[in-house]
Amino acid sequence: MNTTQTKAQSLLAPVLGMAVIGLTLLFAVGHAQSATLHDAAHDMRHATGFPCH
Amino acid sequence: MFQKMMTGALIAGISAGLLAAVLHFAFIQNYILLGEQYETGELVHFAAPEAAPAAPEGADHSHAEAASEAHDHGAHEHGDGDVSPFQRNALTVGFTVLLYVAYGIMLTVGFAIAAQFGKRITATEGALWGLAGFAAFQLAPGMGLAPELPGSAAADLAARQVWWWSTVVATGLGIAAMAYGRSVITTLAGAALIAAPHVVGAPLLDGFYGYAPTEVGAIFSSRVLGVGLAVWVALGWLAGRQWARGEGGGAAA
Repeated sequence: MNTTQTKAQSLLAPVLGMAVIGLTLLFAVGHAQSATLHDAAHDMRHATGFPCH
Repeated sequence: MFQKMMTGALIAGISAGLLAAVLHFAFIQNYILLGEQYETGELVHFAAPEAAPAAPEGADHSHAEAASEAHDHGAHEHGDGDVSPFQRNALTVGFTVLLYVAYGIMLTVGFAIAAQFGKRITATEGALWGLAGFAAFQLAPGMGLAPELPGSAAADLAARQVWWWSTVVATGLGIAAMAYGRSVITTLAGAALIAAPHVVGAPLLDGFYGYAPTEVGAIFSSRVLGVGLAVWVALGWLAGRQWARGEGGGAAA
């Protein structure tokens, strides 16, 4: 039980960190509307079901 | 731990992203280009009865005129018309890989959380997670906001993005509740969560303003979903395999 708890605590930071990185990346490639990003990601956004423009 | 999880997510995401890029150019890109030809008025639906994509010339047809007049719709201008096809396709490959890296990271985060609840993640389990990810990130949002062929018109972008994110979160949580919940209540709550965005409804326009033939839009949408399904299952399988090889699998065994 104790080890589980320690393990959970040691996991919290990396998991949170990864969640933030993953969400930021997803937002940047899929949703951010800067013209440059939009044009660069355009075909991918259409092809993966993102609301594009 | 972070490094191990991140490495696994990157390996799975990059591999799945490259698969997605191959499938994209095999099945989807031609329809994007075709849709754009209708969007710019280069092709006009009903211009030539037999083979519309073949011969746009000589289309002095009332529908054609109406359509080309409407082409100053300004829905969006593509920034630079002078991007070379190579550059454009290279960007598509790059961003497709980035997208599936992002999805791979999210899946791995999900594995870490599930492992905390004593779930053992294997490649097979990962493939099931991939199916769930496909349902949450593509299928469910697509039921309200169908994959958009270039040249189709849609409601306000911000409103659609909000609906997209809400649907992804609700569907993901709903699937998790149904898959891992142990009581009737969690199952019902999960189903309600999955249904909720569709009860609310996606932001839609009050009419239809697309230029391309329905057949083009239809096959585009089904191919987007088919490719998405294949890549998501591959991504889940790969991420699950990476997880089982690393810390997670060892600890749970």
